[in-house]
Amino acid sequence: MATTPVVNRRDFLKKSAAGGAALVIGFHLSPRAFADQAQDQEKKTPNPFDAWVRITPDNRVTLILGKSEMGQGIMTALPMILAEELCLDWKRVKIEQAPTNPKIYDHGTGGSGSVADSWLPLRQAGAAAREMLVTAAAQKWEVGTDTCKAEKGSVVHGNPKRYFTYGELVEAAARLPIPNFHTVPLKNSDDFTIVGHDARRFEARDKATGVAKFGIDSRMPGMLFAVVARCPVFGGKVASFDATKTKAVPGVRDVIQFETSGRGASITGGIAVLADNSWAAIQGRNALVVKWDEGPAVKESTAELHKQFLANAAKPGKVVRNDGNADAVLSSSPRKIEAAYELPFAPHACMEPMNCTVHIRPDGAEAWVPTQAPQWAQGVIAEAAKLPPEKVIVHTTLMGGGFGRRYQADFVMEAAQVAKAAGKPVMVLWTREDDMQHDFYRPASYHKMQGAVDADGNLAAWKHFQTSTSIAAKWSQKGADDSGLGEFGTGATLPYVTPNLRIEYTLAESSVPRAWWRSVEHSSSGFVVESFIDELAAAANQDPLAFRLKLIGTDRKIPRFSREEARPLDTARLKGVLQLAAEKADWGKPLPKGQGRGIAAFYSFNSYTAAVAEASVQDGSVKVHRLVYAVDCGRPINPDGIRAQVESAAIYGLSAALHDAITISGGRVEQSNFNDYEMPRMNETPKTEVHVVMSKEEPTGIGEPGLPVVAPAMCNAIFAATGKRIRRLPIRAEDLA
Amino acid sequence: MAISFTLNGKPKSVDVSPDMPLLWVLRDTLDMTGTKFGCGMALCGACTVHINGEAARSCITAISSVAGKKVTTIEGLSADGSHPVQQAWMEEDVPQCGYCQSGQIMSAVALLSKKPNPTDTDIDDAMSGNICRCGTYQRIRKAIHRAASMQAGKAKSAA
Repeated sequence: MATTPVVNRRDFLKKSAAGGAALVIGFHLSPRAFADQAQDQEKKTPNPFDAWVRITPDNRVTLILGKSEMGQGIMTALPMILAEELCLDWKRVKIEQAPTNPKIYDHGTGGSGSVADSWLPLRQAGAAAREMLVTAAAQKWEVGTDTCKAEKGSVVHGNPKRYFTYGELVEAAARLPIPNFHTVPLKNSDDFTIVGHDARRFEARDKATGVAKFGIDSRMPGMLFAVVARCPVFGGKVASFDATKTKAVPGVRDVIQFETSGRGASITGGIAVLADNSWAAIQGRNALVVKWDEGPAVKESTAELHKQFLANAAKPGKVVRNDGNADAVLSSSPRKIEAAYELPFAPHACMEPMNCTVHIRPDGAEAWVPTQAPQWAQGVIAEAAKLPPEKVIVHTTLMGGGFGRRYQADFVMEAAQVAKAAGKPVMVLWTREDDMQHDFYRPASYHKMQGAVDADGNLAAWKHFQTSTSIAAKWSQKGADDSGLGEFGTGATLPYVTPNLRIEYTLAESSVPRAWWRSVEHSSSGFVVESFIDELAAAANQDPLAFRLKLIGTDRKIPRFSREEARPLDTARLKGVLQLAAEKADWGKPLPKGQGRGIAAFYSFNSYTAAVAEASVQDGSVKVHRLVYAVDCGRPINPDGIRAQVESAAIYGLSAALHDAITISGGRVEQSNFNDYEMPRMNETPKTEVHVVMSKEEPTGIGEPGLPVVAPAMCNAIFAATGKRIRRLPIRAEDLA
Repeated sequence: MAISFTLNGKPKSVDVSPDMPLLWVLRDTLDMTGTKFGCGMALCGACTVHINGEAARSCITAISSVAGKKVTTIEGLSADGSHPVQQAWMEEDVPQCGYCQSGQIMSAVALLSKKPNPTDTDIDDAMSGNICRCGTYQRIRKAIHRAASMQAGKAKSAA
């Protein structure tokens, strides 16, 4: 199964004598459905290795990290796992970002998968290294290995204790046979001293002192800064341009027209203005006179898309799932309810705008890229430079946010083309407006929901029709012929028992680029499913929590619909987070007048989350007073890191629920900056509590699963407070009136 | 024409276009990248610095307007991260991606210099110009309160 790496000892371990006395252990991370989606489609050769442990004679332990840090805390959690098995002070572990080498690493960072996929391989790698160090010490002392043990960076023996540091042992240890990873003894989890304990972020000091280097901070001698004029209409082209005034701007060095194409390109090309500094480049672009060939997308708008949604919803869709006969039950049920939900395009809006720095020389290339997909970046630069990929060195930098946006290569493609033409190191810098208007957005979607509750309060039928500008139509191999299943996420594996379940899908046409946005399809599915179940509870006149618990029913594992290889949904764990969130949030106790409580629970990225929101409506606007989360993401590595991720996902979800939508007019995005696409700010932040289940199950993802429940919990709270049901996001004043 | 000002306590002179924003002078002319570009319109606060002790958005501050003034950036707050606000940021484990945090910290330091013991409302008022896409607001609030008590403790022991 996808979540448990199949370990092949030969592939798993690589002993290296390189560098003399370095013990190098590699490990394989399993391919992940999401993380590898783009790469699979690139037909990338899968790579069995992902990271190494390096111990040098001076007792330094380095984890070479094949994953990208974008704020999710992977630079902290992965060393903790390793240090645990290696019996080290985890704070002494240093981190080094892996060089991009597709023959060794599989860097893709996404799908909330880094901890889940690294957990077992990292433990095995750490344990194997520990065993080899113990063996080396035992041989030096000529005693049995069972009389020696690893302790805080040393191997100890006897009474009084004698010891060798790891650094003293590493040269001998590196020459020993490598233990079988299947049988290497892993630490008893009762003995964990690092895993499961709160740890502070590895790079917190650098981020509190301004020392941390993000992609945008890349600097090298002789580099130029470039900004690009892109056609505001999706798919448009440059018809002609006049750079006379641009070239007169002080500091502007060059104006380069370029084209981009192929998988991952978001524009057909543009005009880059290269200058000594970013400001001059921006001024130069402002002075550019461009005539665009806007192309057919100029007719597209949000209003037209909504009409398309309605037309699609008036007809049956492709059947994604059909249990029993939902249509028959719905048509005869006296207690049927029907509701339509709609969600807009949503931008990632990373605080660090897209940027990429590339230097292409005749014999090789080097790039500094804030990317979740360094291998894709490497491939894109190699193609532009007409170099073999191994001649392209990609330095993966820290990222000022990722959220899926930086899984893309469009910004790398542009920089590669411009750098190639310039023959110098060039940073292509996106302004906030570029970033807002040329994103790969969370799809816009429309959902027609129908459900019926029988006289005993059971769910007699559930029908979910969705039409959306799907991700699959753009990215899956089947394109527009894709089934649409992926657009429902675990919404297609409904935890609420019903004999009659029907799911249908119709693709909506759009030129708007879209892709993976934090929690991907679960962001829409969570809102729709958890709002509509609340509507059914209200229709049945039942408590929303009790109704959910009853419909989830007995403890069992529900296979994921059409994804048997995926982990099943464990109903006990789902009920567990519902009950924990409810208890911590004082579910059922009175609230001040005008406030209401709402609840929601969802299963995504193999993790279980529930949230209770307390909200009120005053003067046409929503105030969220309190958010109480319960999360079960298996064994917590760094509980405080988990709380931080959930606090973060809550605000990210509130942003899309409370504030602006990305809207289209004339084939272009209407919003441009934080004035017309507003962000939640300090004064809107609810008091948020996150209760982490101290589970002993395998660790699973947490970067995203906090998101899908926040909008439905809040909207269900609005319903409890006001009787108004919110069915489209972001919330509009007229829907509250 | 050269423009002279004091940067983190030292005299500095730059020969750039007078309308060039301080942000880009810091980042691209002086390679001081701790101050961040977020929006270019004073909407997000990522570029916050102090000019004569007041929090200012460097992305809309023309370099000519800081002539003769004292500019402090995140690099000038402390040489080693020992400023109480930086310490509080680490204690509360505030940063996630960290990109906005230079600006957040500069805004927080400016707030505390005026209001050594700010209320939650004071914090809302002073910090709502700074966007954090990772949503670390709750921890920022805690860190400001922590820094306030650290500074109060320091003042007490000094007295």
